[in-house]
Amino acid sequence: MSETIPTPTTPPAAEPAKARRPLRLSIILLWVGVIALIALLGWGLLNSTATRPEVGQQAPDFDVEFFDGYDWDGRTTANLADMRGQVVVLNFWASWCVECRDETPMLEAAWQRYAGQGVVVLGVAYADVEPNSLAYMKEFGVSFPHAPDLGTDISQTYEITGVPETFIIDKDGIIRHVQIGAVNTAMLDQIIPQLLAQ
Amino acid sequence: MTRYYRLVRWLVLALLLALLPAVALAQDDGTITDDEVNEVAKDLYCPVCESTPLDVCPTQACADWRELIRTKLAAGETRQDVLDYFARQYGDGVLADPPRHGASLVVLWVLPVLVVLLGALLFARLLRSMRATGPAATVAGMTGTVTTGTATTSTVATGMATTGMATTGTAASPPRADERRGDEALDDYIARVERELKE
Repeated sequence: MSETIPTPTTPPAAEPAKARRPLRLSIILLWVGVIALIALLGWGLLNSTATRPEVGQQAPDFDVEFFDGYDWDGRTTANLADMRGQVVVLNFWASWCVECRDETPMLEAAWQRYAGQGVVVLGVAYADVEPNSLAYMKEFGVSFPHAPDLGTDISQTYEITGVPETFIIDKDGIIRHVQIGAVNTAMLDQIIPQLLAQ
Repeated sequence: MTRYYRLVRWLVLALLLALLPAVALAQDDGTITDDEVNEVAKDLYCPVCESTPLDVCPTQACADWRELIRTKLAAGETRQDVLDYFARQYGDGVLADPPRHGASLVVLWVLPVLVVLLGALLFARLLRSMRATGPAATVAGMTGTVTTGTATTSTVATGMATTGMATTGTAASPPRADERRGDEALDDYIARVERELKE
């Protein structure tokens, strides 16, 4: 014969509510903390997985303040959006970069050839010392607009892997070509006319 | 002869004494030593290589930066002025000790504190729950009731339950409906197997 009896361990109904009150607050805090932590980790993950702008994507906007003696369209500061309607050859370089020395004369030649046709060749000096940048530009007789990458903001936005690196942007601000390493005349003469014709 | 040598000795000594201020002046002519440059450079990082302090970086970019530090120190700028210039020019990422704001504040300071607080809260909660229930009470609480089964007196069983002990052996829970169904199915199965074996 079996019989079931209630055990004295069963507490009165009112007691657990009293005991749990502070516990509920801690649970709320705990969940808030966990959610905040997940949000922070997610934010960090999103930032770390931000990818470089690729061909076919809108070129990220940026501001530049040109080196002394350099300007674009009479302006000493500019913004990529201001150049909409023109083909932009955005070139990252540095005076300490050996490969840059090969391409700078070609970029200058392209600037001389296409400037009047709606092309902007824009040089951005990456992690360079200003007197060295100026000396470099003087050495190569560079006349196209040049600016330092203040705070390395532009190179970070474009996630460049090194110098030289060039992004060719069409009239609508879409990236049409990314060149890791030096550009050459044949490449420029093939891409720029195509983009001008569009 | 002795007089002559003595005179030469005094002349040499006088010449050396005369040169001393010139040597001191030469050392204080604004020339910045490599050690002074590296004292600032060690708090900066190479702009083009991963995690390499500027004072030990062999690249041309770093050499240019060190020269810039030398120029700025020679111009009378302080160590902090130079660091501020580099942060402004190349971003906070080049500083060995970046200022605590924005993302670096969150990652380096807020996040660890948050993790420690959460851990402490979890630990406190665990301790409290262990203290409130205890392992044995948890068992009793789980069952809620203790059955005496064929125990001679219910007092024994309830006494054991009070101390948090569950009875075994003669005291057993009554089979639940699904258990009963399971037993019947098993009995049927055994009977069928026995029948088949006899055949």
